[in-house]
Amino acid sequence: MHVLVYGVINSVTLALISLGFTLVYSISRVPNFAHGALYVTTGYIVWLFLNKVPKIPYLLAIVLAILITGAIGALIYRFILVRIRGMEISEIIATYAIGVAILEGLRWGGLRGMTFTLPVFFGGSFEILGVTVDYQRMIVVICGVLVFLFLYFFTHHTRIGLALRGIAQDERAAMMLGIDSDMTAILALAIGSALAGLSALLLLPLGNIIVEAGYSVLIFAVAVCVIGGLGSLFGTVVASFIIGFAQILTDKFLSTHYQMVVALLAIIVTLIVKPSGLFGKQKELEERV
Amino acid sequence: MEQLRKERIDRSLKVRTEGIYAISSLEEILYLVGPRLIFVVGVLILPIFLEAAPYWKRVINIMCAYAILALSFDFLANFVGLVCLGGALFTGVGGYFAAIYNHYLSLPIYLSILLATLSGAFFCTLVLLPALPLRGVYFAIVTLMYPLLFSRIIEALNILGGTNGISGLGSFPSPNVEHYLVILTLLFFLFGLRRFVNEDIGLVFRGVKDNDQAVRASGINVTTIKIYAVFIASFMGCFSGAYIAHMYMWAGLSLFALDFSVIPIASTVIGGGGTLIGAVLGSFILVPLSEILRAAGTLRIVIYCVLLTLFIVIKSEGLMNYLQRKYHQFERWVKV
Repeated sequence: MHVLVYGVINSVTLALISLGFTLVYSISRVPNFAHGALYVTTGYIVWLFLNKVPKIPYLLAIVLAILITGAIGALIYRFILVRIRGMEISEIIATYAIGVAILEGLRWGGLRGMTFTLPVFFGGSFEILGVTVDYQRMIVVICGVLVFLFLYFFTHHTRIGLALRGIAQDERAAMMLGIDSDMTAILALAIGSALAGLSALLLLPLGNIIVEAGYSVLIFAVAVCVIGGLGSLFGTVVASFIIGFAQILTDKFLSTHYQMVVALLAIIVTLIVKPSGLFGKQKELEERV
Repeated sequence: MEQLRKERIDRSLKVRTEGIYAISSLEEILYLVGPRLIFVVGVLILPIFLEAAPYWKRVINIMCAYAILALSFDFLANFVGLVCLGGALFTGVGGYFAAIYNHYLSLPIYLSILLATLSGAFFCTLVLLPALPLRGVYFAIVTLMYPLLFSRIIEALNILGGTNGISGLGSFPSPNVEHYLVILTLLFFLFGLRRFVNEDIGLVFRGVKDNDQAVRASGINVTTIKIYAVFIASFMGCFSGAYIAHMYMWAGLSLFALDFSVIPIASTVIGGGGTLIGAVLGSFILVPLSEILRAAGTLRIVIYCVLLTLFIVIKSEGLMNYLQRKYHQFERWVKV
């Protein structure tokens, strides 16, 4: 029972982390390696709001922080990525460098130790199927489902969402129909960063805000996306359930240290068996070479 | 408004030295050999030159070790098209292998470096084998994870000294050996690699980067070529790792640290990708800079990353390409 409940919670956590990454990649073809950095940054911004600028209610701080993170994502695209669009090596190195710069900058700025914590939304816990679960984790699961549903409806039933998908499928044809490629990419990066921020705000109250979280979040996001097929929302969810349960099982039968090992082994096995991922449709032929 | 554009013309000296007149006079010979000679002699006399400053003399070793790592990154990224974000994998594996040979099997230091380089290269190639059919983003992702994975495994299993690392490795018999081993190896790798990529096989390597379908269509197995490339790159990286481990007489988890991944990338981009010598030049700039900034802690990495981003965005050709252009061509403004 414990495995089942916490497996679901862990899987939804992973899905939350990686939805932003996969959204950005599927639309603008930019692997946003600064994802983990944005995750930590949002947590830090909220901490600043709560501790350095008092009198701001928690909810307002959250909204502001998510908006700021979205803006950072948009700025990264507008001023840096737009100049190196299409050069894959440069894109990877640039986004990775931005991410590392932000993370190590935060570490240098004093983001160390155990003092940086966010309050939980609601304290307390309840029992489900004989397992004790606290309310925060319940909120994480609910929000995860809501975010997925929102993304699904957003990309399938709104004009902007359809434009984003159009760019993702065939950039030239979409541009011919009057969709601005750069604007959609900016939008995609803003939404993806905001999603990273949202997941940070949901998950960080469960622990400390630490710099290392940035790297592990990036790695888990990438692991989930590679296994699910880069750029497939549905694949992301399935893959996060696979890795989520695998992690809980290793946690139960082996040790916590092996969680990262499991993620990496899963990636390697996926890459050998089906390089484009479980549900990856795009670029299936190219990636095999 | 009258419009101007920049016109670039090859220097007459360059045009002459490309043909049979290359060795017709001292001027032409100097034009060709000069820059190389300045570099080689400069690197060789560096330890003697810095005799008065013992601290900076030790920096030379680290500088050259990073230069070898940068060469390996440059070769993989700009000649084969495999972006390896985890250069620390090579140093870590090399360093730990050296520690195993020297500490547990008590082999002499030269043998342990040699064996660690060779077996480390085999090991890295084996580990990266599943990722080789991929390219671009996918390969970068997998290599990014490996250093972290290995440090986690060593931490979790508490093998090879766990978080404390293995101390008490053999040191070099004299400082001069320490300097010249790494300097000569750097020169060997630099000129060997440059010769290598200009051979026919080098053309195939570049073909893999530019158009792998075409290479495959010529009946060449792309994955085999990539295996060779990764072996060469990890050979260089593992030498660096083994050398650094012996220099500090210690092998630990910090051999898998971020520095070994980021600084080579930064120096390649700053020095100019695809020129090989540019990677060396970049690390000759960055590593002393990092020593000056030692007190700043992790701010160093921030500075590298910002420099890296700026260079990618503003001057993506890098320093070396710029200098080469100035050396071979002159520019003037002409009316359109």
